[in-house]
Amino acid sequence: MIVKKAALLGAAIAAAGLMTAATAEAQNEQFLAGLIYRTGAYAPNGIPFANGIGDYYALVNERDGGINGVKIQYEECDTGYATDRGVECYERLKAKGPTGTGFVSPLSTGITFALTEKAPVDKIPIISMGYGRSESRDGSVFQWNFPLLGTYWSAADIIIQHIAKKEGGFDKLKGKKIVLVYHDSPYGKEPIALLEQRAKMHDFTFTPMPVTHPGVEQKATWLQIRQSRPDYVLLWGWGVMNSTSIKEAAAVGFPRDKMFGVWWSGAEPDVRPAEGGAKGYNAAMLQHGAGQVDVHADLKKYLYDKGKGLAKFEETGEVLYNRGLINGMLGVESIRTAQKKFGNKPLTGEQVRWGIENLDLSAARIKELGFEGMLKPLKVTCADHEGTREGRIQQWDGTKWTVISEWYQSDDKVLKPMVEAAAKKYADEKKLTVRDCAKEG
Amino acid sequence: MFYREAGQFKTSYGADQQIFPILQDRLFVLAAIIAAFLVVPLFASQYLYTEILIPFLILSLAAIGLNILVGYCGQVSLGSGGFMAVGAYAAYNLWLRVPEASNLIVVFLFGGLMAAAVGILFGIPSLRIKGFYLAVATLAAQFFLDWLFARVKWLTNYTPSGSVAVGETQIFGWKIDTPDERYLFILAFVVVGTLVAKNLVRGHIGRSWMAIRDMDIAAEIIGFRPLRTKLTAFAVSSFFIGIAGAMWAFLRLGAWEPLAFDINRSFQLLFMVIIGGLGSLLGSFMGAAFIVLMPILLNQLPGWFGVRMSTALLSHLEFMVFGALIVFFLIVEPHGLARLWAIAKEKLRLWPFPH
Repeated sequence: MIVKKAALLGAAIAAAGLMTAATAEAQNEQFLAGLIYRTGAYAPNGIPFANGIGDYYALVNERDGGINGVKIQYEECDTGYATDRGVECYERLKAKGPTGTGFVSPLSTGITFALTEKAPVDKIPIISMGYGRSESRDGSVFQWNFPLLGTYWSAADIIIQHIAKKEGGFDKLKGKKIVLVYHDSPYGKEPIALLEQRAKMHDFTFTPMPVTHPGVEQKATWLQIRQSRPDYVLLWGWGVMNSTSIKEAAAVGFPRDKMFGVWWSGAEPDVRPAEGGAKGYNAAMLQHGAGQVDVHADLKKYLYDKGKGLAKFEETGEVLYNRGLINGMLGVESIRTAQKKFGNKPLTGEQVRWGIENLDLSAARIKELGFEGMLKPLKVTCADHEGTREGRIQQWDGTKWTVISEWYQSDDKVLKPMVEAAAKKYADEKKLTVRDCAKEG
Repeated sequence: MFYREAGQFKTSYGADQQIFPILQDRLFVLAAIIAAFLVVPLFASQYLYTEILIPFLILSLAAIGLNILVGYCGQVSLGSGGFMAVGAYAAYNLWLRVPEASNLIVVFLFGGLMAAAVGILFGIPSLRIKGFYLAVATLAAQFFLDWLFARVKWLTNYTPSGSVAVGETQIFGWKIDTPDERYLFILAFVVVGTLVAKNLVRGHIGRSWMAIRDMDIAAEIIGFRPLRTKLTAFAVSSFFIGIAGAMWAFLRLGAWEPLAFDINRSFQLLFMVIIGGLGSLLGSFMGAAFIVLMPILLNQLPGWFGVRMSTALLSHLEFMVFGALIVFFLIVEPHGLARLWAIAKEKLRLWPFPH
C-alpha cells in the first residue's frame, strides 16, 4: 500500500522532470533573474523592493516595447534572504533565456558575498545597489561587482559627517560615545571597519553591539545602552529588527533623534510598527527618498490603470519601492549602454558588465527617465564601481519621511586607502590578477 | 520474484559477514556507485551538480556522522552545525596559513580531526547528562562555536565583515573548480566515508555504541567503558560532520559566514536523521535527500506543470506541503524512511505471490 503510494509519487516526479524541457523560450528577449524575497522574516522589506523592480521591467515592456525593442523576460525566485537558497535560485535562473541573465541583484549581503565567488566563473555581473562588500567598489579587483550609489562605508561616513555637523565640527566628536547596533551578519559588520577608523581619527568611543538574526530579541542590547548612555546610536538592521530596535529605544527612553539608521533601516515598514515611538528617528538616504515623481505617472498610466501593477498605487511612493524602481532602471540603462556597443539584441552577462562599467547617467538623462529629484548624476568607471557616493539624512515625523540635511559626500581621503587595502588583501588571499584600470578604454 | 535469496548459500564466515549478504543488494549498490561515478557525469547539468547532487552528498555525510552519535550511540546532539563550522574554519585556516598543505584531502582531514577534538571536548558532559538534557548541553556547544567564529577575528583572518572566501582548491596539483570535478571529488569522499562508517558500526566499536544506546548500565556491567565508548562516538561523529562542514564551505559555498552553520543547520541535520531513520546509514542518505531536495522540488513543481502563481504563494505552499509531508511520513512510519524501505524489501521477497 505504502510502496504503491511511494511509487506513484516517484512516477509523478519523473513525469514532472521530463516536462521541464518542454517550456518554450522566446528568442529575442533579454532574460533577467530576480532574486527577491516575499516570504520569511525579511518579507516586509523585501516585498516593496521586489514590486518596484518587477513594475519597472513591466513598464519598460509596456511603454517602450522593451529596451530598444528587446523585451525583458523577468522571472522571480524567492530566496527568503537565506544564502544557500539564494545561491540555489541563482543557479536555477542564471542560464535561462537566450543569453542567460544579464545581471543579478540579490538584495542580501550574504548572497552577494557567495555570488561574488561565482561571478567571475559564470561571467554574470552583480549590481548590489547600496549593499554588498564595501571594497568591491574597486573595479580593478572586483570586476564583476557593482555596489552602485553607495557602499556601507559611504553610508557610515555620511552619518558620521552629519553627526559632526550637528555637533559643530569633527573636533567636537572628541570624547563622544557612539554605539552601533548591528545585524550580526556580514551586512551588519561591514561598517565597523570605517567607524573604527573614524573613531581613531576623531577620538570618539565606538562600541559595536551585535543583534542575532532575525533581531526580535534586543532587550539585553538596549539595557546596555541605557546603562552606558551613548550620545548617538547607529542602527544597521534589516526587516523586523529595525522596528524592534526603534520600539526598544522608545521603551528605554533613548532619544530617537539621536538614532541614525543606514538606508536599509530607513523605510516605512521600519518605523510604522513603532507608531509614535518612531517620531524623530533619522536614517541615511541612498540618494532617493519616499514620494512619487514623474516615473510614477507612467506607472499609473501603463500599469496601474490597467490593473497590471504588482503593488497598490498608493504604495508606489514608498522608500523601498522606489529603490526597487531605481535598481530596475540602473539595470535597464546598463543594458541600453551595452547595446550601443554590442547591438540591440539579448546580451550576455559579460556584455552587460561592460555596459554597467560604462554607465554614465547625466542629470538630463535622469530627468528624461522620470527620476528627477531621486538621483544625482552618476558615472561608473573601471576604478570606481560605486558611481556616486552622495547621500542625505531623512527624519520620520510620525507620518512621513522628511529630508533634513544637505547632500553629503563620503570622504574619499578616508575611504579610498581602506578600499584599496581591503581589495588588495582579497586579491592576495585569492591570488587574483588585478586589472590595470589606467589601460582600460 | 527478482528479489529472492533462495539458492544463495554461504559457505564461509566471510560470505556470511559481508556488508551485503544478498547478491541482489550487492549488485544494486555496485550499480548505483558505478552510475554515480560514470553515468551521472554524462548527462548532469551544472544546476544538477551544484544545487542537487553536491548539497545532497555533503549533507548525507554529515547526517551519517550525526546518525553515528544519535542513532547508534543514543546521544542526542544539537551541536552538529557548530561541529560543521569547526571543520570549515579549521580547514580554512590550514588552507590559508600553510600553503604547503593546501591539498584538499589534507585540508579536509584536518578539518575533520579538529572537529573530532572539539567533539570530544563537548562530549565529556555526556557521561553525566543524558537524553534531552544532553541535547541542551550540546546546544551550548552550538552557541559557543557560533560566537567563537563570529568574534575571534583571527579565525576569519580579520576580514571586516566576518565572511571568508576560499580561492584555488586543488589535490596533488589537480585543480578542482568545475562542478563535475567537485562532484566526483565529494562522491569519492562520501563513498569512502560511508564504507568506513559501515565497517565501524558493524564491528565491535559499533556494537559497543549500540550497547550503550540500548542500556548504558547493562553495557557498563558487561564490560564497556561508558566514557571511552561515548567519547569515541562523539569523536567519530564529529569527524564526519567536520569533513562535511569543510566540504560545504569549500566546495559548495566558496564564501561563507558563521550563519551558514547556525542552529538551523543543526536542526536540519537532526531532522534528516530522524526522518531518514535512526541507526541506519541508508536512512542518512534518504533523510538528506528528503530534506534537501523536497523543498526545491516543491518550489519548482508548479512551474514544470505550467501553473503560474505568485512567488510568495509558491513559497508559502512549499512550506505547507513540506510540513505536511514530514507529518505524513512520521505517522506512516515513525522509524523513518529507511524502515519503509526495509518493509518494501520484505514485501518484494514474497512478490508476486504473497501468502
